[in-house]
Amino acid sequence: MRHLLDTRTLDRETALRILDVAEDMSDTQSREVKKLPTLRGKTVVNLFFEDSTRTRISFEAAAKRLSADVINFAAKGSSVSKGESLKDTAQTLQAMGADAVVIRHPASGAPQTLATSGWISAGVVNAGDGTHEHPTQALLDAFTIRKRRFGADSRGRDLSGVRVVIVGDVLHSRVARSNVWLLSTLGADVTLVSPPTLVPQNVSLWPAKVVYDLDQALAEGPDAVMMLRIQLERMNAAYFPTEREYSRRWGLDARRVASLPDGSIVMHPGPMNRGLEISSEAADSPRSTVLEQVTNGVSIRMAVLYLLLAGERDDERGGDQ
Amino acid sequence: MSETLVITGAQLLGAESADIIVENGVIAEIGSGLSRSGARVIDAAGLVALPGLVDLHTHLREPGYEASETILTGTRAAAAGGFTAVFAMPNTSPVADTAGVVEQELALGEAAGYATVQPIGAVTVGQKGERLAELGAMATSRAQVRVFSDDGFCVFDPLIMRRALEYVKSFDGVIAQHAQDPRLTEGAQMNEGTVSAELGLAGWPAVAEESIIARDVLLAEHVGSRLHVCHLSTAGSVDIIRWAKKRGISVTAEVTPHHLLLTDELVRGYDARYKVNPPLRREEDVLAVREGLADGTIDIVATDHAPHPSEHKACEWQAAANGMVGLESALRVVHQSMVATGLIGWDDVARVMSAAPARIGRLAGHGTPLQVGAPAHLALYDASVAGVFTEADLHGRSRNSPYLGRDLPGRVEYTVHGGVLTVNEGSLVEELRA
Repeated sequence: MRHLLDTRTLDRETALRILDVAEDMSDTQSREVKKLPTLRGKTVVNLFFEDSTRTRISFEAAAKRLSADVINFAAKGSSVSKGESLKDTAQTLQAMGADAVVIRHPASGAPQTLATSGWISAGVVNAGDGTHEHPTQALLDAFTIRKRRFGADSRGRDLSGVRVVIVGDVLHSRVARSNVWLLSTLGADVTLVSPPTLVPQNVSLWPAKVVYDLDQALAEGPDAVMMLRIQLERMNAAYFPTEREYSRRWGLDARRVASLPDGSIVMHPGPMNRGLEISSEAADSPRSTVLEQVTNGVSIRMAVLYLLLAGERDDERGGDQ
Repeated sequence: MSETLVITGAQLLGAESADIIVENGVIAEIGSGLSRSGARVIDAAGLVALPGLVDLHTHLREPGYEASETILTGTRAAAAGGFTAVFAMPNTSPVADTAGVVEQELALGEAAGYATVQPIGAVTVGQKGERLAELGAMATSRAQVRVFSDDGFCVFDPLIMRRALEYVKSFDGVIAQHAQDPRLTEGAQMNEGTVSAELGLAGWPAVAEESIIARDVLLAEHVGSRLHVCHLSTAGSVDIIRWAKKRGISVTAEVTPHHLLLTDELVRGYDARYKVNPPLRREEDVLAVREGLADGTIDIVATDHAPHPSEHKACEWQAAANGMVGLESALRVVHQSMVATGLIGWDDVARVMSAAPARIGRLAGHGTPLQVGAPAHLALYDASVAGVFTEADLHGRSRNSPYLGRDLPGRVEYTVHGGVLTVNEGSLVEELRA
């Protein structure tokens, strides 16, 4: 794997390989000594143009457990007018000898620009770009669904027949986009539930069904319900009238969570707005995978960094299981 | 005085072959077997002779943004593309909203010599959309401004738009509207549709353009004024203009070469060379604007040549500037999208890229047919060749062309501006012999 920029172009084989390597990584994390020597001497830069402590420390933990050197670079501003340009930052990292750059950026497509511009030779991992994609989040979500469903028997399996409902602000969600592509590539049926104002104007080419009524979607008895974080400033842009109305129509309250069939799981990428898109009853119930997602995130990011940096490229597969 | 040229064997508007003699800046004779002693002979066998192209929509960036383009470099780019006149948009610094600025631009154009520079005046002071600029002063200045536009910004306030349309009637002016509802396009990054949904870029809906055009044609009808619609880009906009013309409304419309050829699929790589306002649209829209240009609904092709320095394009899509350079490539793109597809002929090219833009802009002495006594503005184009468009084809100060690396037909072999060769054997003339 040269870069991980999106799940839109991630094929099933590569996706399963990342999930399976993450299983191996997960196994090592239950040992007393969690650290592996695999990436000793490699330098991973966490280049964050946006504050995201959770994602950054997850990548940092992943890189450190593989013995890579980690540099955290919190960059302010992104355009020519607001400070150093992406190009100059990239060339600086190149000059310092970065082997991989994990980038979080408020502008959609910035990781792709970084990877294709010729400014840098490092592998690029998209840790969330604008309202585009967040591929490691989708991978850890798929991993979590698979693990809950198949347990120790997860390796090699896809998500055929699994029904996933994703609820919330799809328009601005990179988590939703990455999950739509990845989950459908893995064979899952995806339903998006959103206020009509918060779904892109034309999703006719997405491999997902769109409904506006959460109760209707839940009545179908989905295997997983993924709640997206709602940004309160959306209210001011007339996407929905009030917090209360949003919560009533699209929030996973106690009544709704109780209506789910046995075995259905409740997911949230965090951080949660308790009482808005998700009730505490839902977040703290045994169905909730919120903390498993965090744990699995480290395994997924270890797998991604390993596949990016451990010498294996697309043309030299295999032999490391 | 300019030198005497004997152009032999040129195909007038791609049709019958003729010799043309250019003398004292005018077309002195058209016929066969012509010669003049001491004249420079141009073998134009097989070349299409067109009247010098006229661009109603160019950004020359001077004064104020000379890092992107100057009147000299911009008109060199124009000459390289076969243009002999360009209308300069007023979004300079200071904004061309006074007689002083437009006269300065005119003078700089005259000094450069590569093409006639006709300034466009701002409709409102500072292009802020609040108060009318001194339109009359610009009209009666030495620059004789007839086209007014806040291009880059929409004259959004309907009352200001109405007043502007009415006011310019007294000197036969026209308002060239950049149709873009600012509220519907807040933060917009690309055409709103299937591709924007996938890329997570804020959508720029077609309705933001179409609703303003619909409003403006109705205003133009109500006050009996002339309206020009800049760079329309959607199928819906073509329908509205078609309806308005059928109704007898005095409206003209333009399309850019890039909207005749490129679609929003190109945005997928987040390469900011494809970032432009209005944005690249869908395939259906490209086909609709081609049809509109072919059937006369759209009157002209104009480049919206918009130079930017490389740092404004070599960055994240969202941080990048809107705009593409287009003067050098315009004729070749129209050739590919309209002529090679059989939609229009070279006579139509002369109409939409020369006669009609000069007429809409009331620019005397340009866009005139190739006939004896007409000012010698012409372009000789080799339609039989093709090649990859490269940086060597660019002659302005900026490199932000969406066509770099793309195959395009044709080549401008000669451009004559007022009897002066500005392009000779496919190369820009460095020392003009004016």
